[in-house]
Amino acid sequence: MTIVYSAKKILTMNPARPVVTHVAVRDGRILGAGSLEELSGFGEFTLDEQFADKVIMPGMVEGHCHAVEGKWWRYVYCGFHDRMDPHGKVWSGLSSIDHVVSRLQEKEITLSDATTALTGWAIDPIYYDNKKITRHDLDRVSTTRAVGIMHASGHIMNVNSKALELAGYLRTGITHDGVPLGDDGLPTGELKGPDVMYPVGQHAGFDDNMLEFDEAGLIDFARLCVRTGVTTATDLAARLEDSIVDMGIRVTGADDFPVRIMSLRFHHGLTPEELIEHVKQLQLRSTERFRLGKIKVIADGSIQGFSARLNWPGYYNGAPNGLWYIAPEQMRSIYEMALRDGIQVHTHTNGDEATDLVLDTLETALAKYPNQTHRFTIQHGQLINAAQYRRMAKLNMCVNHFANHHFYWGDEHYRLTVGPERAERMNACRTALDNGIPLAIHSDAPVTPLSPLFTAWCAVNRTTASGRTQGEHEKISVQEALYAITLGAAYTLNLDNEIGSIECGKHADFAILEDDPTSVDPDKLKDIDVWGTVQSGRVFPASLI
Amino acid sequence: MSQKTPELPVTIIGGYLGCGKTTLVNHLLRHANGLRLAILVNDFGDLPIDADLIEAQDGDVISLSGGCICCSYGDDLSLSLRKLQSASVKPEHILIEASGVALPGAIGNSLSLLQDYRLDCIAVLADASAIMHQANEKYIGDTVLRQLADADLLVLNKLDLTTQKKLTTTRGWLAGVSGHAPVVEAVHGKIEAGILFHQVAEYRTLVNPSTSICPPGRAELSEDGCDVDKADIAQKILRDHNHASELFESMHLLIGWKVDAHIIAAELADQKMRLIRVKGFVRNLDNELMLIQIVGARWSVTDAPSNLPESTQPGLVFIAKAGELKNEQLRRICKRRH
Repeated sequence: MTIVYSAKKILTMNPARPVVTHVAVRDGRILGAGSLEELSGFGEFTLDEQFADKVIMPGMVEGHCHAVEGKWWRYVYCGFHDRMDPHGKVWSGLSSIDHVVSRLQEKEITLSDATTALTGWAIDPIYYDNKKITRHDLDRVSTTRAVGIMHASGHIMNVNSKALELAGYLRTGITHDGVPLGDDGLPTGELKGPDVMYPVGQHAGFDDNMLEFDEAGLIDFARLCVRTGVTTATDLAARLEDSIVDMGIRVTGADDFPVRIMSLRFHHGLTPEELIEHVKQLQLRSTERFRLGKIKVIADGSIQGFSARLNWPGYYNGAPNGLWYIAPEQMRSIYEMALRDGIQVHTHTNGDEATDLVLDTLETALAKYPNQTHRFTIQHGQLINAAQYRRMAKLNMCVNHFANHHFYWGDEHYRLTVGPERAERMNACRTALDNGIPLAIHSDAPVTPLSPLFTAWCAVNRTTASGRTQGEHEKISVQEALYAITLGAAYTLNLDNEIGSIECGKHADFAILEDDPTSVDPDKLKDIDVWGTVQSGRVFPASLI
Repeated sequence: MSQKTPELPVTIIGGYLGCGKTTLVNHLLRHANGLRLAILVNDFGDLPIDADLIEAQDGDVISLSGGCICCSYGDDLSLSLRKLQSASVKPEHILIEASGVALPGAIGNSLSLLQDYRLDCIAVLADASAIMHQANEKYIGDTVLRQLADADLLVLNKLDLTTQKKLTTTRGWLAGVSGHAPVVEAVHGKIEAGILFHQVAEYRTLVNPSTSICPPGRAELSEDGCDVDKADIAQKILRDHNHASELFESMHLLIGWKVDAHIIAAELADQKMRLIRVKGFVRNLDNELMLIQIVGARWSVTDAPSNLPESTQPGLVFIAKAGELKNEQLRRICKRRH
């Protein structure tokens, strides 16, 4: 059966016919895009005009996010910015620590017993003049139950006295950089870094595995995808134990599951040989909506956490250089075996020294195992400079930049982490494209909200939270940004033959918009309402998800 | 004084990739002398444990002969340590094999958060044939130097892979960058197990004088102290009995008088004293029995366990490299009135 959808405008990302009025769908795939007359040549069809006043673009591809976001929405949202939950409720941003405490108190009085933990997320003290939150603030919420809030960055947590007490931290004698102490010698309740957050977090309602999605969370994550026009999303760093893979295949296989998930195995905890072997096993289990068989390598830490590896002169505020999360020899083994076996590797780098290591390592590995089509991708690559892009071009690499950082932490980078000059060239999308590097842009949700149109807005405008334009020279056009969140991202996932544009033969994946992103003021790109999606020909209105 | 479970000693084995950490761990397993070890490794890799020591493997836990176990902690060390707390058979000592790029000091810091563990020693290995090159390497040079600086005890390993001339240069260089940590030398990670485990060898003589290496009972506990020359001193070379590459000697000094345990411990840990390891009990000025433990530059003074046998005699066991035990100075420090 063939359905032809009419629309006010269809943006195809196919340069041969960039804008059309109709798209024909059969068996979940695109039969053709063009005029009604052209499409009628395929034979009998049903004309569906429900999108007649909408704008259709290719289903958006989020090339770097984590499906665990769905799970986080079970906790109380404590962010500074308004944010939509999986059910479409927009939670208003909280403008002070008092407001954060009030929202937690509102939740607290709904809890029937006195000991259940109360958990919040997405707080960001940057917006509160970097005022430190203490256990005493959260003791105002409860002294009988553990209270914990994860920061937006995911690198810091605040807890109350009860949570510290349950974890055995409410004592003197702790000597750890990640546990600041008050004048009384007791921890202030701020916990920095996973090794200090996890032991307390388990008492404050966070589970041991803050990165891994669960069944209900995966379903909620899919709801967010529909609401933001996403039809393919990555789950970029997973252990992918058998039970998770079984569940992922089952849940995504449901007839009404609206997203294609691509989950990458990260390198931690396995030797290069074990990693390659596991990924080969995973490739055999890959399904249409649960794609497996790629590797995520993490080279360094984060810039705002001062754990990224920077080249000279390092951090603007003089902080010592960051940490390697992998030894160069291990990276080399992984790259060599992956090139040999045709496995794609995505590598997280934040600092420019980490990027140098990736380039050196790949260059050497390619000499040993030539591979024209590897599409190795640098994820984040926030400090890649022009010379590095030139090398990346020679090495056939792709990049997926963290455009949302401009808005959320751009002011911090300018003021504190890398200073004005380097902050202005962070996530240098313009230079990447000028060097012919295949480009995607991302949210890293749940670190920042899932919403490719917002991410496109960030790359186009480079506006910081304080309203400054940071790096005029690195702006890209709306058209380029829209390409980056569709075909660009699809290319980095080696899916550009299946998705990313509206043209004959591809999956019928559409984002249905209330307005035309190519004609609104570029500053309004983020404000375009998303009606819902079509995924493999299945229609998912956001209002019913 | 509150009764509490004695803290479990933890030794962190650090050092860059290829320095011989796994080989050292296997050597220690073979010479644990009945001590129940729990070994935490980053990954099982190229089989971290020699096959003949393995009894069974179940997921991320390998059971070893002698009640020892080996677990891989992957990306969550604190979770693995928490799991150990609920293990059916409690280990007596924990060895953490850090990953090749980890900073062992940071792992040590995170132990301070777990109440049931006590960091006993950070031992960092260096490949004698490669360490100077690694420290200059573009990407990992600073990481290697930070690892060395974190050490309480350095093990200069793989002596067989270098020339005498190069070794002399490396020794001098290492002394310059490592600061306070004593250096022991080894081939194939073969170091005297007693250096890393107080529980083996001489320490046992303290709580069970009948097996003492010296005749027991001659030193009396007296209120105003006793003449140190009458204290019972034994000295012996730990002759290659577990195939250690380097020879060590030990001394057992009975201390029948009251001392300031903290001052003594700090002075003994000063690297001028050239001590590798010290352990034992002393009577503090308020007559409490205190446990002193020193490895290289790291020292601790804690309340003695409440379950010590009546026969326990206050005293310290010192281990130093052969020829470096400063008998007279050690006695002087322990004799000093505070």
